[in-house]
Amino acid sequence: MIDILIDIILLSFLAIIAIAIIRTRSLLAVIMLFSIFSLLSAGLFMVLDASDVAFTEAAVGAGISTVLMLATLALTKSYEEKPSSHRPWIPLLVVSVTAAFLVYGTIDMPPFGDPNAPAHQHVAPRYIEQGAKETGVPNLVTAVLASYRGFDTLGEVTVVFTAGIGVLLLLGGRQRRKKKKEKR
Amino acid sequence: MIYAAAALAILVTMGLALTRALLGPTVYDRILAVNMFGTKTVLLIAVFAFLSDRTDILDIALLYVLINFISVIAVLKLVEQGNFFTSGESTTNKMKSK
Repeated sequence: MIDILIDIILLSFLAIIAIAIIRTRSLLAVIMLFSIFSLLSAGLFMVLDASDVAFTEAAVGAGISTVLMLATLALTKSYEEKPSSHRPWIPLLVVSVTAAFLVYGTIDMPPFGDPNAPAHQHVAPRYIEQGAKETGVPNLVTAVLASYRGFDTLGEVTVVFTAGIGVLLLLGGRQRRKKKKEKR
Repeated sequence: MIYAAAALAILVTMGLALTRALLGPTVYDRILAVNMFGTKTVLLIAVFAFLSDRTDILDIALLYVLINFISVIAVLKLVEQGNFFTSGESTTNKMKSK
C-alpha cells in the first residue's frame, strides 16, 4: 500500500519537475531542476529494486551531467532571442501525425507487463530461474547487468569515459589557450 | 507502520524542497533545494530499505550521500568561479550576476 503511494507521489513529482523544466526560462534553474529530476528517477529505480541502475542514474544524471551542463553554461552565454510571432501550426501538425502513427504502432504490441510477451520469453525465464545459481549475485538486475551483460556494460563504461575525456579536453583546452594569449 | 509514517513525512518534505527549487528567486535557494532534495532522497531510500526488508540497499544510500556532496561542491565552485580551472582564490564571478 505504502509502496504504491510512494510510487505515485514520486512519479507526480517527476511530472511537476518536467513541466517546470519546460516552463522555466533561467538556464541555471533548469540545470538544478534536471539534477532533482535525476535524483528522483534514481529513487524510483531504487524502489523498483534496480539498485545498479539507480546508482548509475545518481552518479551520471545528478552528478556528472549537472556539472558538465553548468560548465558549458559558464563558457557560453545564456540569453535568448525573442520568440518569433508566427504560429507553429505546421510543426504541430507534423508532430501530431507522427504521434498518431506511433500510437497506432503500439496497438499490436502485447500489453504492458504481459508475461507471455516475446521479450519476456526469450532469456528472461533463465535469468529468473538460474540467475542466482549461475552468477551468485542476489539481486536479479545486478546479475543481468554485471554478469550476463558484462561486456555490454564494459562497452557503455568505455563510451561514457571517452565522452567525459573529450568534453573535459574541449572545456579545458579553451581555457588554456586563453591563458596563453593573456601572457603574450 | 512507523516506517510508513516516516516515508510520508519525508515525501512531504521533498514536496517543500521541490517548491523552493521551483520558486527560488536566487541561485543559492535552488542549490540548497537540490542539496536538501538529495538528502531527502537518501533518507527515503533508507526508510524504504526497512519498509521492504531489503537492508542491503542501505550501502547504496551511503554512496548517494557522497555523490550528492561532491556534486553540490562542484556546483558551488562553478557558481562562485565560473570554471573548474582556476584555484580557489581567483574569482571571475561570471555566474554571480544571475
